[in-house]
Amino acid sequence: MKTVRVLIVDDHRLFRSGVRAELGPSIQVVGEAEDVESAVATIAELEPDVVLLDVHMPGGGGVEVLRRVLGSGAQVRFLALSVSDAAEDVIGVIRGGARGYVTKTISGAELTDAITRVADGDAVFSPRLAGFVLDAFASTEAPPIDPELDSLTQREREVLRLIARGYAYKEIAKELFISVKTVETHVSSVLRKLQLSNRHELSRWATARRLV
Amino acid sequence: MRPRAGRVVAGVAQGAAAQLRLDPVVLRLAFVLLTILDGVGVVAYAALWMFTATEQTEHPHGSRDWGQVAAYGLLGFAFGALALVSGAAAGGLAMWPIAVGGIGSLILWQQAEPGRRQKWMTSTVGRVRATWVRSGIGLLLVGVGVIGFLAAQDQLAQASTGLVFTAVVLGGVALIAAPWLAGLWRELQRERTERIRQEERAEVAAHVHDSVLHTLTLIQRAAHDPREVTRLARSQERDLRNWLYMPKQDADATLAAAVRRAAAEEEDAHGVPIEIVCVGDCDLDDGLRAMVHATRQSMVNAAKYSESPVVSVYLEVEPGEATVFVRDRGKGFVLDDVPDDRMGIRQSIIGRMERFGGTARVKTAPGEGTEITLTMKRTTP
Repeated sequence: MKTVRVLIVDDHRLFRSGVRAELGPSIQVVGEAEDVESAVATIAELEPDVVLLDVHMPGGGGVEVLRRVLGSGAQVRFLALSVSDAAEDVIGVIRGGARGYVTKTISGAELTDAITRVADGDAVFSPRLAGFVLDAFASTEAPPIDPELDSLTQREREVLRLIARGYAYKEIAKELFISVKTVETHVSSVLRKLQLSNRHELSRWATARRLV
Repeated sequence: MRPRAGRVVAGVAQGAAAQLRLDPVVLRLAFVLLTILDGVGVVAYAALWMFTATEQTEHPHGSRDWGQVAAYGLLGFAFGALALVSGAAAGGLAMWPIAVGGIGSLILWQQAEPGRRQKWMTSTVGRVRATWVRSGIGLLLVGVGVIGFLAAQDQLAQASTGLVFTAVVLGGVALIAAPWLAGLWRELQRERTERIRQEERAEVAAHVHDSVLHTLTLIQRAAHDPREVTRLARSQERDLRNWLYMPKQDADATLAAAVRRAAAEEEDAHGVPIEIVCVGDCDLDDGLRAMVHATRQSMVNAAKYSESPVVSVYLEVEPGEATVFVRDRGKGFVLDDVPDDRMGIRQSIIGRMERFGGTARVKTAPGEGTEITLTMKRTTP
């Protein structure tokens, strides 16, 4: 198996070294960065496969890194990693272009798995993110502007429900009698809708959840 | 400060004018006019003369412009004659408040600390000068006053004369005091905002102290017991998260809040993390309350018997019904092997759900973990 080159972007030094120690042998940590500026510079210099991106950082946070790196057309994949599971942060960073979102309580083995998946171009949804997506896409009564992008298919809903229930991709495949690859396709498709849908409801929903 | 140079009588008007940044002629005319009305001007002049210090200069014998003295004297005589002829001096009752107020404020002005006076000046006079609008309104008020005065002289509104003048005086005072009052108001607002901010900071500090610091102390004491440390850290994390990100919810009113509270309590009681995801929410009714109880029992079973490192709970509220999934990746069991006298699954979960018209499904196999699915029709919005 080819090793995945990873850059860790986090403003907590202790956390960076903790993650470094926990990751499996298939992951090679090529560098670390501690704020937006150094992250953007290091990504350009090292061209890692996957960037582990903290959401809250000095200088604009993970969203700012995403904006600047992806805005420049770089082909690098981001996995957001945060202590926060506020809807605003989760939805914000996914819409900013991250291919997945996991919380920092994740175990080393699970994180290794998630990094590998992101490196392969798949999406990584935590149960909570799946819950947020279901909630966000269900909470509107207004007819979708773009039906293809603004609503989930029955199958996508089923997959998300199972993720929310704590099922791993393999278990979902077994439960729905489909292949793991198909599960990954559904999740990636949901990710695309999440990123591209223009519905105001998504952002509004995320903000409202915080404020109610 | 009364200057020695350029004074007409004792330099009172000049000194006051310098402080008010007005032309001394205006004040001199005012004193002359006030003198005509029951001699108030003389009293005011005398009072200010007494209360005002003389400017210390190196030329003790300043020049006095006798020509000006004569001019003001003549003017005074002319006005006085006019007043006597027209009877204006007799209507002096209404003028007393102005005179007294004017003298009072002038004395106050003189007595105030130079620093504070400077502050008043910058907040009052500076803005008065800057805004022509205010000057315009002032002129208008004076005009109204003059017209009212004339009208009163013609006996047109004798009864209301006092009222009119009081209004004019109040208007004038308000105009002068407005910038200062506005400044005071802004200051008060600023202090209020600052106080609210401090209260918020105090609340955060109190919360951090009561919860986070307390837990950190407990963790240090329990450092030898990894399970207890995890439980403490986890419970504190949940607490802090709720406080930071969660809207305040009434756990006795809505389904999601009730399920969250049950999960938190069982997590604390058994030391097994319970991951909870809620989609949608609704008010509780009897059936949903029974479902919360059944959910709690399912979580207890998973935490106590499954040996799973984590329990996942997923609540979904749909238009017609609510569903809860409680899942563990523990050892699982064979449902038919559970003895009939074991109340947990059969009575507390399945029996309870069915009594309220809901369903409970148990999916388990040895080594496969367990998932309990609870479904209940909802009647509430």
